[in-house]
Amino acid sequence: MFEPIHNDKVIELGKKAVEARELVISTLLEAGSGHSAGPLGMADIFTAFYFHILNHNPKDPTWVDRDRLVLSNGHICPIQYVTLAMAGYFPIEELKTLRKINSRLQGHPHRGTIPGIETTSGPLGEGISQSIGMALAARLDNKKHHIYCLTSDGEHQEGNTWEAVMFAGKEKLDNLTVVVDRNNIQIDGFTEEVMPLETLRYKYESFNWKVFEVDGHNIKMFVEAVSEARAIHEMPVAIIAHTIPGKGVDFMENDFTWHGKPPNKDEAKKALDELRTLQGKIISEHQ
Amino acid sequence: MLNPDLKLNEKILTETPDMAATRDGYGEGLLELGEKNPNVVVLCADLTESTKSQQFAQKYPDRFFEVGVAEQNMAAIAAGLGASGKTAFISSYATFSPGKNWETIRTTIVYNRSNVKIAGHHAGIMTGPDGATHQATEDIASVRAWPGIEIYVPCDSQEAKKITVYSGQTDGPMYLRFSRDKTPIMTTVATPFTPGKIQVFWKSETPQVSIFATGYILYQAIIAAAELEKEGIQTEVINVATIKPLDEQGILELVNKTHAVVTVEDHQVTGGLGGALSELFAKNLPTPMEFIGLQNVFGESGKPQELIEKYKMDKAAIKEAVKKVISRKK
Repeated sequence: MFEPIHNDKVIELGKKAVEARELVISTLLEAGSGHSAGPLGMADIFTAFYFHILNHNPKDPTWVDRDRLVLSNGHICPIQYVTLAMAGYFPIEELKTLRKINSRLQGHPHRGTIPGIETTSGPLGEGISQSIGMALAARLDNKKHHIYCLTSDGEHQEGNTWEAVMFAGKEKLDNLTVVVDRNNIQIDGFTEEVMPLETLRYKYESFNWKVFEVDGHNIKMFVEAVSEARAIHEMPVAIIAHTIPGKGVDFMENDFTWHGKPPNKDEAKKALDELRTLQGKIISEHQ
Repeated sequence: MLNPDLKLNEKILTETPDMAATRDGYGEGLLELGEKNPNVVVLCADLTESTKSQQFAQKYPDRFFEVGVAEQNMAAIAAGLGASGKTAFISSYATFSPGKNWETIRTTIVYNRSNVKIAGHHAGIMTGPDGATHQATEDIASVRAWPGIEIYVPCDSQEAKKITVYSGQTDGPMYLRFSRDKTPIMTTVATPFTPGKIQVFWKSETPQVSIFATGYILYQAIIAAAELEKEGIQTEVINVATIKPLDEQGILELVNKTHAVVTVEDHQVTGGLGGALSELFAKNLPTPMEFIGLQNVFGESGKPQELIEKYKMDKAAIKEAVKKVISRKK
């Protein structure tokens, strides 16, 4: 179990999250395709996981007792690749190969090609089920590690997501925590217009899950919610993390047209300038 | 005559062969695996009795997971188990798994290289009275194109047990195909099973045609061959229990002598055994072929025997196909 988080660490992680956002922008510019909004929106949460929450070892990525971080909505993998590289799973330099031929960094993550990726994903709605499988295996083997599954809100429109939610409730899987990136956008528009998900919290609760709702950009609050989640017994936990898609880059924030495209050269320059000058401001928002 | 080396069940040439369903062999195989391999787990989607997962469930309740009517969830949970050191079997009707959950299996099991065995039950029109919705007749075609999957179709309950036990001791994604009704038991406990290898079950002295069959319907081919021999037509009947990877060398060696082929399967003639062999011969040894199986139509309700007669998959149809392919030989 991870340590309580102190203010110094929060400030340090806030800086790391900005660095991660910068790397997301430069990586996407180099790749020439990919998703912008989701990776920026989840930068704080990924930073919290790889630099505080997870019990893991980048030098031994298949260590059997590691916590598992399963990314269900594989399209936001740029932020996972960036934070994995920052944590030391592979060289940061390699981020330049994203989506290019002969690269280990596939457009959607693929288990076995790059260290730290627990499962192949991209097609939506499949991550919670796979995390359940990992949680069942841990339970059978009397292992104490924890399974975290990161999901998008849009993929809660997939039937498979609810098949999984139903099953985890039935099995009382308390070694499973699902994080929902509640950023309210999907490719075709705002979730509540495309296919309303609210009230998401009650949907989970009705399947016998414990639910927390947090500000997904407040690292302290998020880490504390995960800590509370770990104390829950005989119930799986969902943390609904409210995030701003495109967070940190003004012209991308809350604009669903940035869901599935990368910045061009000028846009990337503007985004990087903004991230660098806003560095202090973003950290202050975490307090 | 029957191949003496394979120690086949001689009763298959009598009026009263021993009978059992291939799914029974699956159930027995799971039980044996439960004992042999503590990492074997079994999942089922509300079809525990009819997929013969029940005995395993009763004996090893901690290693059995009932997922309810949710085949996508079953496949992806198994993928997570298979990626965590377990050997996971998923059991349902083949129309639902790998039918309904095709993409889930593609992504989370096959491309993801998770150690999961997909047991597709009620395959073929011999599923009978349930009708075409429950008769999987495209399953082999739909999974055969996946890189890295292995496909096994047992010809009887004995072989089904051997295949199940083998698959549970071997890493990697595999598709196992089972049928519903009792069918003749052609092999014995002593019959060897070698994954990836064909076996000649019947051979006349100088075969003019090679009849390749997969699954329970191999029996029809053997009976057809025995009758043809009495009529003066010499053939050989080959059991293709491994559809992928195909025993290319073994098949080409035989066909290099006969230069005429009939394929027999309870499946659409496209994409299954017939499709696989066509690809092999087109590339290596162009050969006249006739295809026994569903000819681009769905099945319907009826008794299995009535259906295989109506859809021209019985011994009479096979005999006709053999004569036709001989007439096409140059």
